[in-house]
Amino acid sequence: MADIPESWKVPPPKAWKLSTPEELVKDVDHRPLSLLGLEKGWMRTAPDVEIKPGMHCHAALPKRLETVDMPNPRQWSAMDEDWKLPRNWKEIILEGFKDRLGRFRSFQLFMDICVRCGACADKCHYFIGSADPKNMPVLRAELLRSIYRKYFTTAGKLLGPIAGARELTLDVLREWWYYLYQCTECRRCSVFCPYGIDTAEITMMGRELTNLLGLNIDWIAAPVAFCYRTGNHMGIQPHAYKDMIEFFLDEIENVTGVRMSPTFNRKGAEILFITPSGDVFGDPGTYTCMGYLMLFHELGLDVTWSTYASEGGNFGFFTSNEMMKRLNAKMYAEAKRLGVKWILGGECGHMWRVINQYMGTMNLDIAEGSKLEEPVSPITGTKFENTKSTKMVHITEFTADLIRHNKLKLDPSRNDHLKVTFHDSCNTSRGMGLFEEPRYIIKNVCNHFYDMPAGTIREQTFCCGGGSGLNAGEDMELRMRGGLPRANAVKYVHEKYGVNKLACICAIDRAVLPNLMEYFVPEVDVTGLHEMVANAMILEGEKEKTVDLRGEPLPGREESE
Amino acid sequence: MNAIASLILSGGAISMLVAIPFLAVWVLPHVYGIRLEWLFGIVIPYLAAIIFFVGIIYRVVKWAKCPVPFRIPTTCAQQKSLPWIKYGYAEKLDNPISTAGVVGRMILEVLCFRSLFRSTKMEFGAGGNIKYKSSKWLWLAAIVFHYCFLVIILRHLRFFTDPMPFFVPIIEKVDGFFQFFLPVVYQSGFLIGAALTYLLLRRLLDPKLRYISLPADYFPLFLILTIAGTGILMRYVLKADVVSIKELTMGLVSFRPVVPEGISVLFYIHLFLVSVLFAYFPFSKLMHVAGVFLSPTRNLSNNSRIVRHINPWNPPVKIHTYEAYEDDFREKMIEAGLPVEKEAALPADKE
Repeated sequence: MADIPESWKVPPPKAWKLSTPEELVKDVDHRPLSLLGLEKGWMRTAPDVEIKPGMHCHAALPKRLETVDMPNPRQWSAMDEDWKLPRNWKEIILEGFKDRLGRFRSFQLFMDICVRCGACADKCHYFIGSADPKNMPVLRAELLRSIYRKYFTTAGKLLGPIAGARELTLDVLREWWYYLYQCTECRRCSVFCPYGIDTAEITMMGRELTNLLGLNIDWIAAPVAFCYRTGNHMGIQPHAYKDMIEFFLDEIENVTGVRMSPTFNRKGAEILFITPSGDVFGDPGTYTCMGYLMLFHELGLDVTWSTYASEGGNFGFFTSNEMMKRLNAKMYAEAKRLGVKWILGGECGHMWRVINQYMGTMNLDIAEGSKLEEPVSPITGTKFENTKSTKMVHITEFTADLIRHNKLKLDPSRNDHLKVTFHDSCNTSRGMGLFEEPRYIIKNVCNHFYDMPAGTIREQTFCCGGGSGLNAGEDMELRMRGGLPRANAVKYVHEKYGVNKLACICAIDRAVLPNLMEYFVPEVDVTGLHEMVANAMILEGEKEKTVDLRGEPLPGREESE
Repeated sequence: MNAIASLILSGGAISMLVAIPFLAVWVLPHVYGIRLEWLFGIVIPYLAAIIFFVGIIYRVVKWAKCPVPFRIPTTCAQQKSLPWIKYGYAEKLDNPISTAGVVGRMILEVLCFRSLFRSTKMEFGAGGNIKYKSSKWLWLAAIVFHYCFLVIILRHLRFFTDPMPFFVPIIEKVDGFFQFFLPVVYQSGFLIGAALTYLLLRRLLDPKLRYISLPADYFPLFLILTIAGTGILMRYVLKADVVSIKELTMGLVSFRPVVPEGISVLFYIHLFLVSVLFAYFPFSKLMHVAGVFLSPTRNLSNNSRIVRHINPWNPPVKIHTYEAYEDDFREKMIEAGLPVEKEAALPADKE
């Protein structure tokens, strides 16, 4: 549909094939040692550390790095013997390490205070699904801590391995890279850590360091480069972005008989709407995008879309804090240029962690002199007081408020064929606390909702297996292993209640979960929340509806032929 | 570094640490007639105390000087959003937006080990069927260990104050509640031993724990176990001369140090190990005691959408402006009917 450059879609290597779910879990054994524990410890790298196909992503192509002026652009692959590093790579890493220790209290503190109690060990979805002991959060952090101790602590310098310190070698760097890109920064471990040690912080710092040497993965570097130039991860140019939305309008008209007329880059609109470009490009996100369009139309909302700020997501977040800031800047810049009063944000996970915990801090300067003000719903008059500084409202906050005030005509029976469960996204859960808004909406737009078991939802939710830029194709085994805990919980409610729909509020989820479901629980399909809202909505002047947005027949309203 | 090597190293270190005062205070005088009580009773404890306080201050100041660029609390409950969505006490504590909430969250974390209390145990069944069960053993052992340690420290105030603070006898009374024997048996001493033994066995028997454990994990366990052991020995078995010991300890705190006669070598071993613990503390993982207060995922409120958090080093960055974007795509935008800031350049202007 959209003009995604062919070069971005790199096929997985031929030698590697994903095994069946049964084979995948067969050898998973979470006891990394024999009873006596005589094996060499974890500080040994080669030959114990082997970069396996299916468990890592392709290396960033040089042109991605060139677009955004990142160091050491060159053709390379993780499987290569020679990673084509600059001669002084070790100094670069150690200097970068020192610099970050001085800039992030989290990093310095988390290097120092871990007691290795192991409370985090079995909380990581990658450890659960792979049993690779270096995927235990504590050990992922120790990979960096061992270097920290060697070069930045007296005990480590004097005592070496006895103090848990080791030399920074090429093998250690490989090991870092392999495991830093096997962490989705989901922060589940940090919920259980008695000191709040957050592996995401450590992974982010580690990834910043690998980026100093040009060691990004293409699935992150490509969206970053695209987003920088075209405004969105998919590289959709302005005219194509408009085309895509217009295609949705045709689809909506086919289903509902109502023609909508969204506007783009319109100055003087009250609200700027920003959503991940995944919603505009990829199924099933596209149906969620149609949902937004229908909702805005039905409310007569004075809202505009932007082709410049056409990305809610931010793969810069997975690269470095500077890159996150560079990409995020477009939101306020565009809000100011268009003179909108506030910004409404679509369904996305990491986008919302960035907005909730980083955006104001990074970029609120840009909004100075703009017309942005404390968001108020023009439909209900509700002041979104929790957004008064950042001036950006989550669409589930907005819609929940509408439903609460009876501003939407809903017929939940239109979703009667659905038995729904809800996947809490990592970032909106542990970086925000958005639990009730989506559940309130779901319960109002469908009649059959079943939560997954405690321990797998809300703040203890599991990652989809492909967050933080790991949702590529070539690392499918990693994704399936990491997605296993989520799939297992879905399977439970599927078997117990007949759940057939997995709802989520994250564009990466919508891209990743369909593969995961197909692999482990093929009876369950994935949907965005606003797709369900739109399907339940009774539009002004709609025709007799017989199908939903996907063209699937509505229950009890099948077309008589 | 595997588990065996770690155990040998830390076990060896503790044996050496026991041997040093034994040789110095017991063997040397008997064999060579050299007396070193002043070193182990006065100099080393003072040094250890200095290292302890200076070291902790140094570490904490170093952490505190580090900026907190972003407000990154781990949110463990519903956020404060719409007025009708429940935001009660549980939410205020696990996803705070106010200072009071943060203080409450920190109190729960520091005094009750809130996060550890959440702990679950994963059970990986056949066919990838995973279950999560509540698992409170680590929490229980940690709570017992830390509170017993606190009680023991407070009980020891008996040796460092005259008159004693009012709470010391009360603590002794409570701690010796079950009066089985004379002298009164303090439960804390035995409970701490049990908790430490559990923590040690857990490290040894759980393969995951054995894999991640370093000598730096076994060493403090052995050290505190030995300190507790020597203390228990002195109190119940090889009765120490409490009056002389109090003379020494009061001398230390009043800065008029004396070395009374008749104090057993066991006491010097106990005191030396405590000194080692004090001196080791600031350079070890034991600093988690101070660090937890500074942890940005726990001590910050989730209110950065309400109040702007300032990053002291917020870096200037190069961004792709709208103007540059429009320059890239102007013709296509005009063709698609999208509004533009500048009209397309006339062919003549292109030169």
